[in-house]
Amino acid sequence: MSKRLEAMIGWIDARFPLTANWRAHLSEYYAPKNFNFWYYFGSLAMLVLVNQLLTGIFLTMNYKPDASMAFASVEYIMRDVNYGWIIRYMHSTGASMFFVVVYLHMFRGMMYGSYRKPRELLWLIGMGIFFVLMMLAFTGYILPWGQMSYWGAQVIISMIGAIPVIGQTLSNWILGDFMLSDAALNRFFAYHVVTLPGLLVVLVIAHILALHEVGSNNPDGIEIKANKDPVTHIPVDGIPFHPYYSVKDIFGVVVFLIVFTGIIFFMPEMGGYFLEYNNFIPANTLQTPDHIAPVWYFTPYYSMLRAVTVNFLWIDAKIWGIVLMGGSVAIFALLPWLDRSPVKSIRYKGPIFKFALTLFVISVLVLGYLGTKSPTPLYTLLAQIFTVIYFAFFILMPWYSKIDKTKPEPTRVR
Amino acid sequence: MADIEKKEGMNSRRRFLLAATSVAGGIATVAVATPFVMSMMPSERAKAAGAPVEVDISKVEPGMLLLVEWRGKVVWVLNRTQDMLATLPKLDNQVADPKSEKNQQPKYAQNETRSIKPAILVVEGVCTHLGCSPVFRKDVAPADLGPDWLGGFFCPCHGSKFDLAGRVYKAVPAPTNLVVPPHMYLSDTRLLVGSDKESA
Repeated sequence: MSKRLEAMIGWIDARFPLTANWRAHLSEYYAPKNFNFWYYFGSLAMLVLVNQLLTGIFLTMNYKPDASMAFASVEYIMRDVNYGWIIRYMHSTGASMFFVVVYLHMFRGMMYGSYRKPRELLWLIGMGIFFVLMMLAFTGYILPWGQMSYWGAQVIISMIGAIPVIGQTLSNWILGDFMLSDAALNRFFAYHVVTLPGLLVVLVIAHILALHEVGSNNPDGIEIKANKDPVTHIPVDGIPFHPYYSVKDIFGVVVFLIVFTGIIFFMPEMGGYFLEYNNFIPANTLQTPDHIAPVWYFTPYYSMLRAVTVNFLWIDAKIWGIVLMGGSVAIFALLPWLDRSPVKSIRYKGPIFKFALTLFVISVLVLGYLGTKSPTPLYTLLAQIFTVIYFAFFILMPWYSKIDKTKPEPTRVR
Repeated sequence: MADIEKKEGMNSRRRFLLAATSVAGGIATVAVATPFVMSMMPSERAKAAGAPVEVDISKVEPGMLLLVEWRGKVVWVLNRTQDMLATLPKLDNQVADPKSEKNQQPKYAQNETRSIKPAILVVEGVCTHLGCSPVFRKDVAPADLGPDWLGGFFCPCHGSKFDLAGRVYKAVPAPTNLVVPPHMYLSDTRLLVGSDKESA
C-alpha cells in the first residue's frame, strides 16, 4: 500500500471505524472452511437485491403509478425508452431469481440446521426478510396494471376483507377506496419503491450483523468457535471470509450471471412463469381471465388456499384457506423450536428426518405445480393430501426429530 | 439511566416525572400518527362515487348475460330461459343455501329464483370467496365441469361453482351465495342497479 493511501486510511480511521469494520466483517471474519455449493445463495441474494434496487430506480423514471397510464407506461419502457426493455427484464427476472436463491438459501438452513441455537434470531430476521420480499413481489406485480396484476391483487385483498369484524374497514383502509382502484395502485407504488425496499435493506443488514455475531453454521452443523487456537483465539476450522470466500462467491456470481443473462436475453417470460401472458392484457375490472394463477413462487401457498373446501368447526372454508396459506409461511419461523434432534446437520440426522424432508420437498413441488393448474376434483384432492403432508412435516417434528436415530457429530469439520 | 438510578436512587419525584413524560410523549405520538393513518382511508372523492346505474334490459334476449359496472364491480343481468329456471329446483340438494337464508340479498330477492322478476337475475358477478369474477357457463355437462353440470357460473380462480340463481354449490371454497345488489324496475325494461324503493 502506498504511503499516501495509508495516510488517508489513517485519517479516516481516526474519524470513522473503516478498517475495524473491514476486519470484523471481511478480512477477519472467520467462516468454517467446509462451505459447499449450498453456501452460494446468501451472497447471490445480496447481488439480486442490488440488481433490484438499481434497476428499480431507473424504472421509476418512466413508470406512471396511475390506473389509466400504468399499463401504457410499462409498454413505453419496453418499446420506446432506450434500453428500457433490458432494464425491465433485469427487474422482472431479478424478482423470480430472488425467490430462487432465497428458497435455496432457506433449504440450506433446513438441511444443516442453521436455525438451531444460537441462530434462532438470525433465522427469525431471515423470515422477516422473506415476508418483506413477498410483500415486495406482491406490490410490484400490481404495478403494470395488467389482468393478472388486477385480479391477483383482488384475491389477496379479498382475504383481508374476510377477516371477521374489522375486515371490511381494514380493506378500505388498505385500498383507500371501496374497491381495488387507482388509489390502491398509487399507494402500492409508494410501498414498493420506498417503504418495503428500505425495510428490506435494514433487515438484510440486521441479518448479516446477527450472522457475524453468532458465526456461520456449516454442513457439519458443529460450532467452530468451540475449538479455537489457544494462542491466536482463531477457530482452527475457520478461514477469513476475505479473500477465501469472497473469491469463491465471485465464482458463484459469474455462474449465476450466465444463467441470469441467459434468461433475460432468451426467455424473459420463462414460458409464462416469470411474466404471465394474461398480464400483457390491460386490467379489465369486469372480467376475470379464464385461467388465473399466481407467479410460480406463490403457487404452493395458493394451492393450500384453495385446498380447503369444507367448513370445519363452525368456521367457513374460506377463512380456513386463508389461515392455512398464512400458516404455511409463518410456520417456518417456529423451526428453531420444533426441531428437537440432538444434532443439527442432515449428515448426522437419522432416516426419519431425511424421509420427512424429502417428503416435504416433494409436497412443496407438487403444491407448486397444482397452483399453476385449474382446479379439478382430482387436483383439489391432491392439494388436500399434500397440504396435510406439508404441515405434518412441521407439526410432527418435535416427536420424529427426537426419536430419530442420529449419528455422532464429529469434533472437527470435514 | 441505570447509572443515574444507581447513584442517586429512584425517588418518587423522578419516577413521577418519568411517567408523566412517557405518557405525554405517547399521547403526542398517537396525535401525530392520526393524520397519517386517516389519510389512508377512502377520500371524499372516493366516497362520492358510486351512484346507482340505470340499465336498459329490453335487448337482453333469453339466455343472454349483460355486464353492468356499478361501484367498480361487475353486476350481471341474466335473462333466464324456461329451461334454465327448471334447473333450479333440481339443484336444491346440491347447493349450500337453497332457500337463500343467509343475508346475501334484499328481502324482495329472497325467493326461489333470487330475483324480482322470475326470469331476470340481477347479481354481483363477484365470487364470494376471494372476489374473482366467475365465468358464465351455460353449456350443459361440459368435459371440464362434469356430466352433472346444468349450467351456472364457475370461478376460474379457486373452482367455486354457482347455479343459475347465483346459489353456491356445496364443498367449494366460496362460503355464500352471490350477492344480489339493491335494484328496482323503473319500468318494464328499465332497471336501476344500486337503489331500491326503500332507500329511494
